[in-house]
Amino acid sequence: MRLFWDFFSFQDPNVRWVSLGITLMCASTAVVGVFAFLRKKALSGDAVSHAVLPGICLAFLLTETKAAWALLPGAVLTGLLSLWCIDRLTQDSRLKPDTAIALVLSVFYGAGILLLTLIQNNGPEGQSGLDKFLFGKAAALLPEDMWVFAAFCGLILLLIIAHYETFRLLSFHPAYAQSRGFAVRRLEALLSLLTVGVIAIGIQAVGVVLMAALLITPAAAARYWSHRLSAILWIAAGIGALGGLMGTFVSYTYPRMPTGPWVVATLSFLAFGSVLLGPKKGAWVRYRQARRNHQKMEEENLLKCLYQMGEAAQDWQKAWPREEIAHRRFFKPRALRRSIRQLRQKKYLLVQPQGLALSPEGIMAGRRITRIHRLWELYLTQHLQLAQDHVHEDAEAIEHIITPELEKALEARLNYPDLDPHQSPIPYDPPQTQ
Amino acid sequence: MRAFFLKIANLDTFWIILTGSLVAICTSLLGCFLILRKMAMVGDAISHAVLPGIVLAYLIAQSRASVYMLLGAAIFGVLITVLIELLHKRGFLQMDAAIGLSFTSLFAFGVILLSAYAGQVDLDQDCVLYGEIAYVPLDTWQWQGNDLGPVAVWHLSGLLLLILGFLYWGYKGLVITTFDEAYALALGIQAAFWHYALMGLVSLATVFSFESVGAILVVAFLVGPPAAAFLLTRHLQTMLLLSVFLGILSAVGGYFLAEALNGSIAGGMATVVGLVFLLCFGLAQWQNRRPIHSEEGGEPEVSSSSLG
Repeated sequence: MRLFWDFFSFQDPNVRWVSLGITLMCASTAVVGVFAFLRKKALSGDAVSHAVLPGICLAFLLTETKAAWALLPGAVLTGLLSLWCIDRLTQDSRLKPDTAIALVLSVFYGAGILLLTLIQNNGPEGQSGLDKFLFGKAAALLPEDMWVFAAFCGLILLLIIAHYETFRLLSFHPAYAQSRGFAVRRLEALLSLLTVGVIAIGIQAVGVVLMAALLITPAAAARYWSHRLSAILWIAAGIGALGGLMGTFVSYTYPRMPTGPWVVATLSFLAFGSVLLGPKKGAWVRYRQARRNHQKMEEENLLKCLYQMGEAAQDWQKAWPREEIAHRRFFKPRALRRSIRQLRQKKYLLVQPQGLALSPEGIMAGRRITRIHRLWELYLTQHLQLAQDHVHEDAEAIEHIITPELEKALEARLNYPDLDPHQSPIPYDPPQTQ
Repeated sequence: MRAFFLKIANLDTFWIILTGSLVAICTSLLGCFLILRKMAMVGDAISHAVLPGIVLAYLIAQSRASVYMLLGAAIFGVLITVLIELLHKRGFLQMDAAIGLSFTSLFAFGVILLSAYAGQVDLDQDCVLYGEIAYVPLDTWQWQGNDLGPVAVWHLSGLLLLILGFLYWGYKGLVITTFDEAYALALGIQAAFWHYALMGLVSLATVFSFESVGAILVVAFLVGPPAAAFLLTRHLQTMLLLSVFLGILSAVGGYFLAEALNGSIAGGMATVVGLVFLLCFGLAQWQNRRPIHSEEGGEPEVSSSSLG
């Protein structure tokens, strides 16, 4: 706990710089990553993060310094070159995008390793430390690096605010953006430049392999919390910042622990959590919705079954023993018990000594399902010319979906018929007296 | 030419080149099916995901025995393909993000494990990423006092036999599920079996190649030679043979490039993979300018139309 306060009070200037720098960097990478993610170019980011390595090595060979002003242009240059290669390969050959990405990634990286070892084995003095680009050394960040991060974050924010609408259009509908007369190619190049830029800067903090996670993971997680782009951008930035903060905190608490992997572990944890629990298309929400739909169908099937049993006996209020109901439609015992419980709560079912009976509301509901089922059968045979024995299954499904408005339209279209294709009467609600 | 044979005559050089070539053959054969199934990046993901498997195997078994390493790597290799499928199909995450999320999280997990048990695990990240093929000749198999050559060569030869056997007996199933999964399912062929068999082999190839050439070179060999062969031919068997040839060429060329520059051999090999691909790409572009006289062939065509 003391460590916790030591860290989060940010007394130690070193802690302050490193954590602030990493947090800013993660947040701005996440924001840029959202656009890469939405344009389905997330893995190109992985290729770029591997491809900056040869650029860094070449720049070092040419200038013989490790200063950022010398290495960054080299990194950006080979990063852009790799993106260009991927584009050319997918457009000029039969290769699929994933093959092109994997190829460019591994070859650029291999060339980077070759250059790096070449420098280490026979390069000039003072090359040690170049390998921090491989795995990242967040703890080695200096206040000067912080200023680079901050300036870059500001630049990214400005660019995104300035081009927000066009970037949005570009992410969701590039063809439409082009037809509206936007300079799509130039804007895409700008986005690519931003992507390569954040990667070139972030690589020294988390390393080549894990850089892709900073780009992809926050965006992927944010997608499960909102459908609105502005919200996704904020959430992704927040998730990225949280990951950066956690990563630096862990490596502050346990000095043996590397920062980058913990940033990624935090981000991944949040992302897996979002995939499971996110309110927009998260797995849990979908599962609940599916369960609810299934339960609704079970209940409606029971109502319909009881109504039709009443129809056969010409006594809709008659009580039926459970065994007979279960036998009639082969309800599964557990599902049947649950449906009965639910329908009793809704006052659609009454329990009587002889068994279960429909209440007046239950009769109406059962009649409605039966009516839609038969109307739909008639519609299919009349308007789609389907054979009579082919329409039942379809009607079984649609009866749970049709809304009252659609039901009205269907009745009107069929001109309020009396009989369905199997000569069963189509039951209408009796006219309301009073 | 004479210098070349003199080099080869040096036993260590011979073992290194043989190891590189064996890696190239194994991965090129598997890579052909990977890129035809549009799973090149899944191969990349597997090559990263085996790291935690290997580390866990070390920690649990407390030994460097290959059996455990293999088991751990194979389990994690298949695990990540399952994870990607789950995220994509059940989690409704788009494919590229599913791949990126899975492999980075597993790799981060692996690196964290490595740092946590740094004293107990005889492995370091550099080695994982770009291997050290130069040490291959040092780790030899001693049996009753006889030196039987490097362990890595034995491993890779065994793997090659396994892959060749798999291709020989499973060729039909593999080809049908690769080109037309719906048709294969209609015939009653278990597409999932072939999918996971292939993924399992890719994980094995990755872990066998790991110590010698590292994760990234595995990806270069998995994708580079098959992609180059894919551009030059439309017949699957020709593509397999051609990619094996190009793979060996890259391995040999890469060794001499690294030798000349005094750099990493794995890096040199990956660079030459790129150069060889570039050459084939140029050749294919040049070929495409001229009218193509396609020959009738009984083999399945490797064309984008049949990929569906």
